[in-house]
Amino acid sequence: MIWAYLYNIVFYASCGVTVVATLLMISRHNAVHALLYLIVSSLSLAIIFYLLGAAFAAALEVIVYAGAVMILFVFVVMMLNQGQRSAALEAAWLPARGWIMPSILASILLALLLLGMNSEHPLQPYGVHGVAVKDVGIALFGPYVLVVELASFLLLSGLIGAFHIARKMPSHMDQNTLDEAGNG
Amino acid sequence: MDPLVNSLLNVVLILLSVVFGAALLTWLERRLLGIWQDRYGPNRVGPFGTLQIVADMIKLLMKQDWVPPFADRLIFIVAPAFAMFVVVAAFAVIPMAPGVGVVDLNIGLLFFLAMTSLGVYAVMFGAYASDNKYAMLGGLRAAAQMVSYEVFMGLSLMGVVMLAGTFNLRELVLAQVDGWFIGPQIIGFFIFFMAGIAESHRTPFDLPEAEHELTAGFHTEYSGMKFAMFFIGEYVSVLMSAAMITVLFFGGWLGPDWLPPIAWFLLKTITLVLLMILIRGSLPRPRYDQLMAFGWKFMLPLSLLNLIITGALILI
Repeated sequence: MIWAYLYNIVFYASCGVTVVATLLMISRHNAVHALLYLIVSSLSLAIIFYLLGAAFAAALEVIVYAGAVMILFVFVVMMLNQGQRSAALEAAWLPARGWIMPSILASILLALLLLGMNSEHPLQPYGVHGVAVKDVGIALFGPYVLVVELASFLLLSGLIGAFHIARKMPSHMDQNTLDEAGNG
Repeated sequence: MDPLVNSLLNVVLILLSVVFGAALLTWLERRLLGIWQDRYGPNRVGPFGTLQIVADMIKLLMKQDWVPPFADRLIFIVAPAFAMFVVVAAFAVIPMAPGVGVVDLNIGLLFFLAMTSLGVYAVMFGAYASDNKYAMLGGLRAAAQMVSYEVFMGLSLMGVVMLAGTFNLRELVLAQVDGWFIGPQIIGFFIFFMAGIAESHRTPFDLPEAEHELTAGFHTEYSGMKFAMFFIGEYVSVLMSAAMITVLFFGGWLGPDWLPPIAWFLLKTITLVLLMILIRGSLPRPRYDQLMAFGWKFMLPLSLLNLIITGALILI
């Protein structure tokens, strides 16, 4: 019994953290702080996944989203290192008036979500059966193998694109020679 | 014993021994480096200088706890704590002996990888919050290096996972009863060992804090206990790499009966730690672009090749 209570407490606490962190992420003016809240939100999302029995999805949420994708975001923001001025600019771009319409839309969505959750299948998180890594693998390379192949196409095209952008210019075409040609 | 008391005891004892072990390692490393470099190292405080860590601790605790006025205060304070947190949390899944270990996760190996990948944030946010050019350069280097080396760190472990058929670290150890994975996975071991050193950014992979070009890299602005958190975190992560290699490639606590299982585990881990210190003492630091090229152009293809060969051998 005590475990069920604990489970519920952790579950709702991480739900609350996710929602609050996501809201803060949207409303921060400092880009690095916003990213920090986005990371917190994806970490607490991972806890929710874990509690719902999807341990593998939880691990991937941390490894891929928090551990790789967000790091690239932070990397770029750090490299630009915009500081106080851009935070002030950001604040100027987001006047109180700008929040009205999005808030109305978001509350309509929230109402729909609550309505949907209130139907005959109420959420019963405790005691759900876990999904083993093996099941995920079998599903991915069984019924969903086409999707896996499509995703690998996408990754390959990304790789080729990156290779194209980062390739070495032939020596007669590098930027300096082009500039000189333009000046001359 | 009551299972709750037992697991609490496990948690407290493992936490304490990890942190004290890491603190002791700061002395051991300086002493060994000294001996290998034909000098004494710290040998004044206590027998053989073993109380040097107490002296260091007092010094660090007495220092003013200073946050630079230009720093991003909250992140500046959180970053070192996070550095310590992720490595200590990763220790939770390491099975040290039958019945010794904090938690037995089915996704133990993935949890370890998740914690290592979060470790980058401590360095990056520490660097960002310092608002210092050296720290920024160090942080950028650290991020690029750790993200790159993480890729094939994960790939190098998949060979072991394929052989054992599980992500559970305890089952991974038990799968090695008939033979340690160091034999069939020697390439995986080599890659994981290198990646482990790179993840804890120690020499020869200590470009993020290369003294001669970046003063102290990402922790330039840190002092006192905040610096100590980064410092001890690094040593905990050395211990963790060694413990992880022991579990994955050297059969964890398995060994002949004349020593208890936990002793085998500790013996193997300590040997690996000493090997890492010896590497630090003997190898020079490469250039930054050499480090990245080595990672992406040599280690990554090698780990993929290892994966293909392992898969083929399993299928035959």
